[in-house]
Amino acid sequence: MPIIVIMTGITIAIASGKGGTGKTFISTNLFNSLQDSRLSIALVDCDAEAPNDREFLKEGVLQSSHAVNQKIPVIDKTKCTYCGKCDEYCNFNAIFFLEEPQTIEVLEDLCHGCGACSVACEYGAISEKDDLLGYVNRYRFSTGKELIEGRMEVGVLVSVGIIKESIKMAEPFDLVLLDSPPGTGCPFIQTVYKSDYVVLVTEPTPFGLSDLKQSVAILKEMGIPCGVIINRADMGTDDAQNYLKRENIPLLMSVPFDKEIAVAYSKGEMITNLSTEWKAKFNQLYHTIKEEFEKNKAK
Amino acid sequence: MELAIISGKGGTGKSSISAAFATLQKDIVLADCDVDAANLYLLFNPECDEEHVFISGHKAVMDEEKCINCGICVDYCRFDAIVENENGVSILETLCEGCLLCSRICPQGAITVEEEDRSRYYAGRFKNGRMVYGRLAPGEENTGKLVSKVREKAKEIAEKFGIEHIIIDGPPGIGCSAISAITGVDAVIVVTEPTVSGVHDLKRTLQLTQGFKLPTSVIINKFDINRELSSEIELYCNESGIRVISKLPFNPIVVEAMVHCSSITDYAHDSEISELIKKAHTDIFAGVR
Repeated sequence: MPIIVIMTGITIAIASGKGGTGKTFISTNLFNSLQDSRLSIALVDCDAEAPNDREFLKEGVLQSSHAVNQKIPVIDKTKCTYCGKCDEYCNFNAIFFLEEPQTIEVLEDLCHGCGACSVACEYGAISEKDDLLGYVNRYRFSTGKELIEGRMEVGVLVSVGIIKESIKMAEPFDLVLLDSPPGTGCPFIQTVYKSDYVVLVTEPTPFGLSDLKQSVAILKEMGIPCGVIINRADMGTDDAQNYLKRENIPLLMSVPFDKEIAVAYSKGEMITNLSTEWKAKFNQLYHTIKEEFEKNKAK
Repeated sequence: MELAIISGKGGTGKSSISAAFATLQKDIVLADCDVDAANLYLLFNPECDEEHVFISGHKAVMDEEKCINCGICVDYCRFDAIVENENGVSILETLCEGCLLCSRICPQGAITVEEEDRSRYYAGRFKNGRMVYGRLAPGEENTGKLVSKVREKAKEIAEKFGIEHIIIDGPPGIGCSAISAITGVDAVIVVTEPTVSGVHDLKRTLQLTQGFKLPTSVIINKFDINRELSSEIELYCNESGIRVISKLPFNPIVVEAMVHCSSITDYAHDSEISELIKKAHTDIFAGVR
């Protein structure tokens, strides 16, 4: 078994443009393979719209559940002079205002909680209330490692606030693994922007490759180094591999399609618990990521 | 009718099923609303007729010459997007939500506003009809609004050319873009898979569609990966009054079709899986008429 080299204070995000490529599979197994490590480690499930890590990491005991709120304005119509300045300040069209007949309403779904309307109002007519976005749940394992799960309430529009809170809670840990939401939009950016290294999980299909290129482009723009894992590597073409070679992006691991893995995953079981061979492979993955990370730091 | 195909969990087979449904129609408007990772244009290679700029929002830009590092904007910004360090005050573009409050309160007028205009949406023709697809520029926000734009365009085209049906390939998740993809549609199909994560996300997705009171049915993809969980899903759906319209077996031919830039029903027209998809397709479109 490879020796685990100590690496502290670093954040690794596991992400992908396309959904369903195996982010959760990689994140949970990487986390699980490091349970014997002396480092304090947290896995943060940042896919707050569809948080699944807990389905695989069932042994953790719930330590706390912390509500995440957003501020929403409340307009006191007895104080409101219908001047319309709050509407003018709101850049999200979240205030519905009519001069004639005098109408003013807050469209809560559109509100980002920026507080501009409160600043705009000169008559003290706007106060704020808390609106529940979701929860950050912390689960501790017997090894002291933690799963920190961001979980958005159903019907809420934007998960960014919850992601931010979840990552904040992982700050004290030596090693932080972030299981990112899919895509390259704001939830993804919120997850990766403070990461030291990003592991992109892809599949060797035209869809997978197109989305991979998009992820690589934005990470390049943000100046965050990345490596790639090709999942179900034998179900598709060599295009992804050739692309990585051309772009000089390291291939960190290839996972072939394996019915055993698919069945274990479907049941919520971890391949790193079922197979010592896979546990060693995930340990090696950590080792490879560390090497790549050090290489980039040296540059 | 407007039919949205969504999934909660990514990678369950939404796009494969959307593509199959689209190619089973003679004349269709296909709206790719997975604007974060739009992929269907790769399969169908549409002839592009229209390109539109989508202003996804605004971002604040600091004029360092004018800034006196008073730090007032740092206190006002609720998104931690303005930081003060040894180099002075600066704006973190990736965290800026574009509320513009900083530009309004800056006593020096040092903060100006720029439009985020790198996102696009397109309309074009493909072999089975018309296609509308959006591409959100990396890191830009307001996916929900772009999804709405794509849908508006799809409706406009459907009316203009007298096309009866619109198929929406939705984004993963249950947030703003998924909500925008399903509000007011005539029918929703949720594609799921029998994995613990698939089931978990399915339940949240169904909670959402039921909250909006949308007629919803479910397709269980790769049902034979875990038959026990598939039965659980069926039971759960039955109890919730949701129809499971199809159970599709796992078959690598689906990936093969994608690699050949074809829908599964075009690629392997007479295969078992294609027959099942055709049945589900008839079922859905017969059901609403």
